[in-house]
Amino acid sequence: MSHLLQEVVAKAQKLNVPLNVHLDLTYRCNERCVHCYLDHDDHGEMTTAEIKHLLEEMADAGVFILTLSGGEIFVRKDLFEILEHARKLMFCVKLKTNAVLIREREAKRLKELAVESVQISIYSHRPEVHDAITLLPGSFKRSLDAIRLLKSHGMKVIIGNVLMTQNMHDYPSLRALAAEMGAECTIDPTITPMMDGNRAPLSLGVSNSALQEVFRDKSLVGNVEEFCAMPAQAGEDDLEATPCSAGHTACYVSPYGDVFPCVQFPLPTGNVRRQRFVDIWRHSDQMKEVRSIRLKDLPTCSHCTHVANCTRCPGLAFMEGNMRGPSTQDCEKSFARTGAPSANMLAKRRAAPNLVQIRMLPAAMANVSA
Amino acid sequence: MSRLYVARDARVAARSLDGEMMIMSGRDSTLFTLNRTATILWQAADGITPLDEIVDREICADFDVDPDVALEDAEALARDLAAHEILKISDQPITLKNAGETQ
Repeated sequence: MSHLLQEVVAKAQKLNVPLNVHLDLTYRCNERCVHCYLDHDDHGEMTTAEIKHLLEEMADAGVFILTLSGGEIFVRKDLFEILEHARKLMFCVKLKTNAVLIREREAKRLKELAVESVQISIYSHRPEVHDAITLLPGSFKRSLDAIRLLKSHGMKVIIGNVLMTQNMHDYPSLRALAAEMGAECTIDPTITPMMDGNRAPLSLGVSNSALQEVFRDKSLVGNVEEFCAMPAQAGEDDLEATPCSAGHTACYVSPYGDVFPCVQFPLPTGNVRRQRFVDIWRHSDQMKEVRSIRLKDLPTCSHCTHVANCTRCPGLAFMEGNMRGPSTQDCEKSFARTGAPSANMLAKRRAAPNLVQIRMLPAAMANVSA
Repeated sequence: MSRLYVARDARVAARSLDGEMMIMSGRDSTLFTLNRTATILWQAADGITPLDEIVDREICADFDVDPDVALEDAEALARDLAAHEILKISDQPITLKNAGETQ
């Protein structure tokens, strides 16, 4: 993050301005990614008029960066009407899409509307691996064709790759492919439970030893020794810090108008169909609670070696049962990075039953008695 | 001396934060922030009001400043913002029709 952007974010936090909103326009999708956390039915999406009204409220509230995502945004027939309205209101618009439905007309229009960037999910450089994750045959080719089209129009394209067991070793070649196309490439090893709490997708997450490999890849992290070093002891300032931007300068709005602190933090705080966006942002008890939490308030994590530079996600912690608790996935990341177990991992080890059972089996006992 | 007309570039993203504009360039996503005086000029840059009138109406009326110095500063600012492609400048009024032909 640039120094100027840091300054702007700090100012927005001080003034309680929601600088950054992630709005999902739909949960419907033309792909069925194996790790996806959404159901893909339409339970009553906001109408075009409702979304346009919401955009006006968000502009008035000071929202600057608007990320439109889904589901797949291009399945909404009113997408360009929404985009036109968003740009008229001068949002910095970022899109997240699988790009399967982007053709020449769409690419040209996105450029004309000065959309800031398009993030496109690609999971491998191998078509068969990508298509086996999206469960849409031919999706790799169509998404890549779209990337090339967008680049030919001079657009900023970011390839978003989620690391899973299926594609763990493909990221170096995918990064090379991205570079060849002039696209950026991000890698995220985070797999989230489904929004209904189903934790089945977590089984697709990469192992700790695989994470260790990733965190020691110089081409990804730069200085490996520095990146994997044991953290310095947290100071008072560190413990006064807020966990992340969720609820502070950022929030999430679902296609049904529900407002949450973040897309990964399913704590309902209000609904824009019944309340003004700014009222939810400023006055909801849940937003205020999220906003009140400092690292020093986390019962386990505040004593953890990693507290000052952990990637702890309060939303994942919430999904584990306590927004002030640890997020196990992030404990595992800190462990993979440094080799030092987190306070949460140590506490779990202490609580685990002793696996060495010194007890005679019934058969052995029978032999003894004989 | 010809008059200078200024118009906000339609490709930028912009929002006011506590009275100061945050502006993101449509060319390369560079972020700029404008101070309050620059913000006033940027907000008044409608393409049809000459810069000297904007300075006279929006700056000199509210700030204790020499009008010639204020206009000189405003022109320098406008050219600087135009170089970053967040403002368009022209010696003709800037309408949607001719917006693409200006600097």
